[in-house]
Amino acid sequence: MPKSTHTMQNPTLLDGQKFQITLQRLCRQLIENHNDFSESVLIGIQPRGIYLAKRIAEELRKILPGKTILQGDLDITFYRDDFRRRESQLVPNQTKIDFIIEGKKVVMMDDVLWTGRTIRAAMDALQAFGRPEKIELLTLVDRRYSRHIPVSADYVGIEVDSIASQKVVVSWKETDGEDKIVLLSDVK
Amino acid sequence: MAGLSTRHLLGIKDLNPADIQLIFETADNFKTVLNRPIKKVPSLRDVTIANIFFENSTRTRLSFELAERRLSADTINFAASSSSVSKGETLIDTVNNILAMKVDMVVMRHPYAGAGIFLSKHVKAQIVNAGDGAHEHPTQALLDAFSIREKLGDVAGKKVVIVGDILHSRVALSNILCLKHLGAEVMVCGPTTLIPKYIGSLGVKVEHNLVKALNWCDVANMLRIQLERQDIKYFPSLREYTMLYGLNKQILDSLDKEIIVMHPGPINRGVEITSDVADSKQSIILDQVENGVAIRMAALFLLAGQNP
Repeated sequence: MPKSTHTMQNPTLLDGQKFQITLQRLCRQLIENHNDFSESVLIGIQPRGIYLAKRIAEELRKILPGKTILQGDLDITFYRDDFRRRESQLVPNQTKIDFIIEGKKVVMMDDVLWTGRTIRAAMDALQAFGRPEKIELLTLVDRRYSRHIPVSADYVGIEVDSIASQKVVVSWKETDGEDKIVLLSDVK
Repeated sequence: MAGLSTRHLLGIKDLNPADIQLIFETADNFKTVLNRPIKKVPSLRDVTIANIFFENSTRTRLSFELAERRLSADTINFAASSSSVSKGETLIDTVNNILAMKVDMVVMRHPYAGAGIFLSKHVKAQIVNAGDGAHEHPTQALLDAFSIREKLGDVAGKKVVIVGDILHSRVALSNILCLKHLGAEVMVCGPTTLIPKYIGSLGVKVEHNLVKALNWCDVANMLRIQLERQDIKYFPSLREYTMLYGLNKQILDSLDKEIIVMHPGPINRGVEITSDVADSKQSIILDQVENGVAIRMAALFLLAGQNP
């Protein structure tokens, strides 16, 4: 797996064809465990994980023509542990899960895995929809050695070693014009 | 993203259009929460809310309490009739005693206009006005406008007539302010004695003929005659009021378009609205009640989210 070894100010960690190859690899790994997805669903975590989930779902539909790939969006705002503990107001996003997750294998997706707190909240939020058979986690970028709680991903795009003052930003063709992962330094 | 521009919810007067939009968008999300198998979120688990009602209420108190519980807040309830208020305790003392038990927010209904504003200046907690005299009832206006938006897609450009006892109605004032903020056209309709003299300064039309008003509007909000607030006789008899301003099926069917009928409750069936209208498919009275919980969850969530 490619690692960040750049020393530039804001290095690009992944883009172009390599970005595509990484997505393809994640899709193949998912198929290995979920076969035709008849008992599995994909859940993107708002706000940025939904683009990853949509893209993965789209790629899976290409690889598995005729199969139904269920994909939903989960907002975790109401389940966060920093409500009333931050300067800025939390504003919720839409949750859209139009299928039953009871008894299903759920693959949660977020673009960047950092402290793990979002994932804890997401697991909490998911409970409101029923009891899945299994929950897995897929992340495009794993910022290693920065977890605040014991969470790890089952599927990882790239691993990045970063410090707290840096920020990993994933851009998407659909919304930002380009598929790209950038490491920003000294973000306030 | 920016939050609400105010620390308390005392009236629509203190809100700007962006605040109202934010409350609506948040309420949209809570409405989906209310349709899940588990209708509860943990957001306000470290918040304690006191519901202080110095005046009777069924809908509003239950709606607030349900909203608070759906947000996982701890709640305490207080009704003036069974309290030390009858022993002569002042409002500030009553509330400060409640706050001494570590309460973060106060939802208050009070028979005097401005009670919430007064309290917000003297105590630490965040205040939510659940109706103050004939002044404001902000969450009712928000849920009314939210229900119109849900039914018609938008509030802007819609024509809304508020019929009945405008003079004694906090629902009327809050509704007028809220609907004007959102770009609706507003008309009030009722007997001359129940229309405040300077209501025109709020930018609303005045009409004394019910059929003309209904022909003009897209939405009719029928208010209850508040006999308990009327110190003198404002009209000869309820029967005459009903003949002139009561909405019945014949009038509704005679209009050349299907209007939406609203009522903030409690309904006096057969007075301002007949049963066949209240229960007709044009009535969204029960949708208003349903939306009330989502709107109150949104308001409480946004207020509580401000850094304490």
